[in-house]
Amino acid sequence: MLERFGIGKTEGWLLLVIALICLFLSLTTDTFATLVNICDILNYSSVNIIFAAGLLVVLVAGGIDISFAVGASVVQYLAVSLLIWMGGGNWALGFALAIVIGFGLGALNAALIYHFRIISIIVTIATFNLFFGLLMFFTSGVSIYDLPDWLSRRVILFEHETSVGWAEITLPVLVMAVVVFATWLLLRRLTVGRQLFAMGDNTEGARRLGINLGAMHYLAYGWLGGCAGLAGLMQAHYAQEVVPNALYGRELEVLAAVVLGGARLGGGRGTLLGAILGLMLISITQNGLNLLGISPYAFRMIVGFIILVAISLSGERMGLLSIGRRHVKAAGASR
Amino acid sequence: MSPQRMETARVDALAAPLPELLRLEHVSKRFGGVQALDDVAFDIRQGEVVCLAGENGCGKSTLIKVISGVHPPEPGATIFFDGRPVHDLSPARARSLGIQVIWQDLALFPEMSVAENIAFERNLGGRPHLVHYDAMRKEAARILERLGVRIDLDKHVRELSIAQRQLVAIARALVADARLVFMDEPTASLSRAETEALLAIVRRLSGEGISVVFVSHRLAEVLDVASRVTVLRDGRLVGTFPAAGMTQAKLTELMTGRTFDHSVRPPAEMTTPPVIGVEALSRAGEYEDISFEVHAGEILGLTGRLGAGRTELALTLFGMTQPDSGRIVMNGRELQLRSNRDAIDAGIAYVSEDRLSLGLVQPQSIASNTTVAVLDRLVDRLGLLSPSRHRVLVDEWIGRLKVKIGHANDPVSTLSGGNQQRIVLAKWLATGPKFLILDCPTVGVDVGARAGIFEIVSELAKAGMAILLISDEIPEVYFNADRILHMRDGRIVESFVPSQTTIERMERAIHA
Repeated sequence: MLERFGIGKTEGWLLLVIALICLFLSLTTDTFATLVNICDILNYSSVNIIFAAGLLVVLVAGGIDISFAVGASVVQYLAVSLLIWMGGGNWALGFALAIVIGFGLGALNAALIYHFRIISIIVTIATFNLFFGLLMFFTSGVSIYDLPDWLSRRVILFEHETSVGWAEITLPVLVMAVVVFATWLLLRRLTVGRQLFAMGDNTEGARRLGINLGAMHYLAYGWLGGCAGLAGLMQAHYAQEVVPNALYGRELEVLAAVVLGGARLGGGRGTLLGAILGLMLISITQNGLNLLGISPYAFRMIVGFIILVAISLSGERMGLLSIGRRHVKAAGASR
Repeated sequence: MSPQRMETARVDALAAPLPELLRLEHVSKRFGGVQALDDVAFDIRQGEVVCLAGENGCGKSTLIKVISGVHPPEPGATIFFDGRPVHDLSPARARSLGIQVIWQDLALFPEMSVAENIAFERNLGGRPHLVHYDAMRKEAARILERLGVRIDLDKHVRELSIAQRQLVAIARALVADARLVFMDEPTASLSRAETEALLAIVRRLSGEGISVVFVSHRLAEVLDVASRVTVLRDGRLVGTFPAAGMTQAKLTELMTGRTFDHSVRPPAEMTTPPVIGVEALSRAGEYEDISFEVHAGEILGLTGRLGAGRTELALTLFGMTQPDSGRIVMNGRELQLRSNRDAIDAGIAYVSEDRLSLGLVQPQSIASNTTVAVLDRLVDRLGLLSPSRHRVLVDEWIGRLKVKIGHANDPVSTLSGGNQQRIVLAKWLATGPKFLILDCPTVGVDVGARAGIFEIVSELAKAGMAILLISDEIPEVYFNADRILHMRDGRIVESFVPSQTTIERMERAIHA
């Protein structure tokens, strides 16, 4: 029944856990269940959800990418520097630059993976270091605080005054909604999206059907690159500054959340709803720990614990026993 | 269509030949220094079922790849389709002619629904467009109806049995308006009932005028459904023969170029004490009240239908699972097997059914695969791996088992099925077992190579090893075991001695 709405086992389970955590936080704090706090969570999570949508496309296609978060930092820095050099620019130019530069970085990953036949995790660990190293080298770690006016001015889409302050929905939420819709369209409704799934599911089978694997690589990594570019721009807008190492480390947080949402490392399986729920679970937990006054240092530890518990309970374990039985897939994934 | 009607249809076909669909002449193909095909000819009529037989490496796959446009043949070959010459056979061209290949590993998408797998062709093509799930479902339903099969269209392919996956693969071929379907080893992992169902579908396709080329190792079923048999050996055409009048023995001879004497093992008095004894062994949901003994030098066969609990029992004997009750006694001492490490230390070895994924580390070298189970015995005084001891051991076993290899450092994946199976054997024999469990040791191994494996097994028994031979191919246990236990629904229901029964009687008892 629930399956009709795309709510499978993993999604249902995540919804339940999120509901329980929300219930707990509503009862133990008086700030959690307020419109102001909920809007905060939404604004804060938008950047990560944009990352997650892009990363899901790569995971589904059977790859992995570690470099997207530092890639987003590169996009931020390049795009903002270019905009300042051009004398300011505007939103349209900002979006266009972010997407194009981000796509370019993704395409570089795709080219290395496809044409040089290097495993995606190795390529993206290399480009992760390359992107970050180049960025830190050329910027000497110096941040940009003097953003163009249009970029640093907050764009508020919805506001409402409550007894504890203003509740606001800002531009990143809209961009997130657009990215999520576009990714859903790609993965579920467009033929090329189904070809991406096919490639992740059984590479050899996809090749025999004449699917253009090269184009699929550029599409998947380019899509993530474009998403990362947008996320970088939104993060700069949200933080009102460009700090070269602001997004460093974000890749593992997002990756863990997407896998928590049921995407399989190795390809062929994963849903957008699952990825979003996985991310929300982590965001809400982080928010709750803040509200409960627990040390931020405990956050990573608790997130790690949640992921372990969730993965072992969800029945989606990549069990050791099942690995041997998957020889058809293993043989198919040999490229 | 009932078998009787098919029988008459076949006779009619012989009386008034159907129009020819495909004819190949003078097809040769070289890969580097290897002559994969040498002046081969092949033809098939509309609606005809032809069996393509031959051992692994005889050129069957190459021939299929030539016909499906994957490999261009050497100049001088002629190909006629529908009576017209075809010059530029590419995969796309072959598909547009209606030539479809159902590969052994199926090439399906396990995480996708049955409907999407069958109608995946709709997701291909030039411009990206919207996916029409409803149209896919309708098309898939129509094809399955045409095949007379019911499979839930919304199930994921990973949830299906191998037999059902096969049907999905056939359905996908039909979506593309197939006129000529190649089935590469379609029955390799099917039970008898599933094979029957598949053969019924092959007859149905043939009745619709679709030609089918059936590639199979199992001879009996092929002779049942095909009108002619084309035999290849070492890349050459041995000949094309009418299926009527062909016998299994004759076909084996044509495929291997050798004759085999089929005789059971002579009855032997077991005077030696049992090496291993199993007493009232039970494990809930898997097997119940199992008792038997295997003596030194004895080969005990264990057969029964798929799912009878044979492999589950073997896993317990190898310490991988623990029994709920009962005892395992080895050389008079009760064994407590907590893991397979305990079993190996006690002198038990297990050659698994699933050689490709469990028995061998495919990309690793022949040498390291041979010694992986005994690495702790190859260390020198400092506790480091000794390359010289390593080499000596590898050479010894490769020699003793007559494995045909290029170099011991080549990856195992370069070997043929029969030679791979010998490496698995070598790996376990290197542990010096007293009790050897062979679980379906000839799955995916050629007829000719099978004989070689059983020669080795017989010699091992002669040298005093106790052997448990598990197989679902009755002739295999009949001709190679001293005694045979028949397992059904987790229990041992019967025991046979080959010299006191016939193979037919055993088949009746087991498939009843």
